[in-house]
Amino acid sequence: MEGRDASPRRPPNSPTLEDARRKAGAVAVSKERQWDIGRQRRAEKIERAKVALSGSLRGKIFSRDRTVVLLEALLSPGDRVCQEGNNQKQADFLAQALTEVDPSRVNNLHVVQSVVALPEHIEIFERGIAARLDFCFCGPQAGRLTALLHEGRVSVGAIHNYLELFGRYFIDLTPQVSLIAAQAADSQGNLYTGPNTEDTPAIVEATAFRGGIVVAQVNEIVDRLPRVDVPADWVDFVVQSPHPHLVEPLFTRDPALISEIQILMAMTAIKGIYAEYGVQHLNHGIGFDTAAIELLLPTYAESLGLKGRICRHWALNPHPTLIPAIESGFVESVHSFGSESGMERYVAARSDVFFTGADGSMRSNRAFCQTAGLYACDLFIGSTLQIDLAGNSSTATKGRMTGFGGAPNMGSDARGRRHPTPAWLKAGEQARRGRDRMPRGRKLVVQIAESFREHMVSTFVERLDAWDLAAAAGLDIPPVMIYGEDVTHILTEEGIANLLLCRDEEDVEQAIRGVAGYTDVGRKRDRRMVENLRDRGVITRPEDLGIDPRLATRDLLAARSMKDLVRWSGGLYQPPARFRHW
Amino acid sequence: MVGWAVSAASTFSSLVKTTMEHLEFTFPGRRAATGRKHAVLVGVVGSGNLEVLLEPKPLGGACQIVVKTAVAGFGEIWQAVLEDFCRRHGLGDLLVSINDLGATPAVVALRLDQAVHELEGSGP
Repeated sequence: MEGRDASPRRPPNSPTLEDARRKAGAVAVSKERQWDIGRQRRAEKIERAKVALSGSLRGKIFSRDRTVVLLEALLSPGDRVCQEGNNQKQADFLAQALTEVDPSRVNNLHVVQSVVALPEHIEIFERGIAARLDFCFCGPQAGRLTALLHEGRVSVGAIHNYLELFGRYFIDLTPQVSLIAAQAADSQGNLYTGPNTEDTPAIVEATAFRGGIVVAQVNEIVDRLPRVDVPADWVDFVVQSPHPHLVEPLFTRDPALISEIQILMAMTAIKGIYAEYGVQHLNHGIGFDTAAIELLLPTYAESLGLKGRICRHWALNPHPTLIPAIESGFVESVHSFGSESGMERYVAARSDVFFTGADGSMRSNRAFCQTAGLYACDLFIGSTLQIDLAGNSSTATKGRMTGFGGAPNMGSDARGRRHPTPAWLKAGEQARRGRDRMPRGRKLVVQIAESFREHMVSTFVERLDAWDLAAAAGLDIPPVMIYGEDVTHILTEEGIANLLLCRDEEDVEQAIRGVAGYTDVGRKRDRRMVENLRDRGVITRPEDLGIDPRLATRDLLAARSMKDLVRWSGGLYQPPARFRHW
Repeated sequence: MVGWAVSAASTFSSLVKTTMEHLEFTFPGRRAATGRKHAVLVGVVGSGNLEVLLEPKPLGGACQIVVKTAVAGFGEIWQAVLEDFCRRHGLGDLLVSINDLGATPAVVALRLDQAVHELEGSGP
């Protein structure tokens, strides 16, 4: 370094501006660094793939018996891979093919996908093809995944919410190869996703625009698509699957299985929360508890004069149990994360309510709907498996690393939100409890659950299983679905605990014990404090709302069977075979 | 009183495998039932459900409760649920017979309240 400077404050040998200029010039001409390595690697891989597919490639469409060969050509060890594993739609043919690649050639893959749903998604870890996982939700495979974690055969980066993982696709977890699923392709490789668009746009956008490769499995190849959901130049390879991709009817709940206790809780939710805050924009979680609410809108809510005052705009999959409320004029709009099997014709015939394309079929989009759920909804209500004494809620229980999907996103207060609604403002006012603070609103986040789950397992616990899961899996933080500080209400058969009105941690604890029924947590309540909380309106019993629990009967349900739902839809709803009991 | 919420995936057979348990409780009553004096039966012995039979009879002012449950090991919770029931209604000279097939405490409490409602003559 030649730098010399008269300035007494400059330490000896520190670089001068002149040095910096010289250095900059030197770097500019050195050409030591290449700036398109990703693109070059992509071109090499595609070249390799074309050679491997020789003769069986027509445009972008290749024959399915070459799928494993193609994947071996496209995948390098350590690549980040997204196998489109959604909540519902699965790229199952490609997932199967990935289990068949040679682990000596393709290994250490880093899987970055929202849902680990299929046995094949686990098998690639068992076979040593993949080693690392970043995901959101793991339904039926939760047990196997937890076992693999214990054996140290998979390392989990983090369990995300959907929007968070999609966000990371554009920051530090961009897929290098994405295996996606669509309904149909044309000969150019344009894709039609059908109603179950789900994650596809987010995955493809991230992959295609940062040197990644997109491989699509389609159910059919047609001359002319009903509409283009993904343009051909974002897609590299297309294969026709031997069978239509799997779509799970995840959001269908048979009204015949709704219990009186769920009806009681639904009445309490409608009168004690929906009507109380005037909730117009909302999201319902999955499950019978919220299905019961949907089925009470045209009956119980209508009898309270709430039509037009609550539940007008939804971020929601097309739940079959919402049909009676739609037909009764309760619901004005529904934007969906995905579709639901059997609802296609009904949705297409209700384009004023659902988002549909010019072709008539629904267009869903998980990323946008999660955004809507976060910022444009006043209320999220969903079930859970465990709630602790601070209101932290989780569905991750001993031996089951489930993940949570959309709940952590929609069940969080959107601190970036700025547009007011009456419900949001009222919740915010309660949260301030008269303190002299900047006025702002608050998202209503409701956890609804009977105090005992099946097999007399308590919903309420002193300590979440999530702590042990985190320790066993080496996670930095326990997998909590919704943090206590975001939960505003806990609703059980005993009534509502309004955590917004709690003054301190002791209030919160007793408010939770006060609705925890006959569980250990509930029986350890301080009866005097609980009565005091009831006087203060922190705890509201059904009878405080004028609800007689004895009147919570199935007669209140707008539909009591799947057949009733079909009838409400005028025959447009066509339930999957497993739900047809007649 | 174990079992499952009706929504659960459990099967009937998983319940009937468990041993039956027989429990008896006696609580002091504050008053006799008003309204009709003959027995009432509420509920059904179905999965996650129970049957409650209320029979007014002279028991020295006490409320006697006999529980037959398909799921053993929850005596303490039965005690708490039934104690609350007796505190709520204060009925004496009453024999309560319960046939339970895995109902949750919430369902048990609801069924008992429905039975009293029926007994006292203003059934829904």
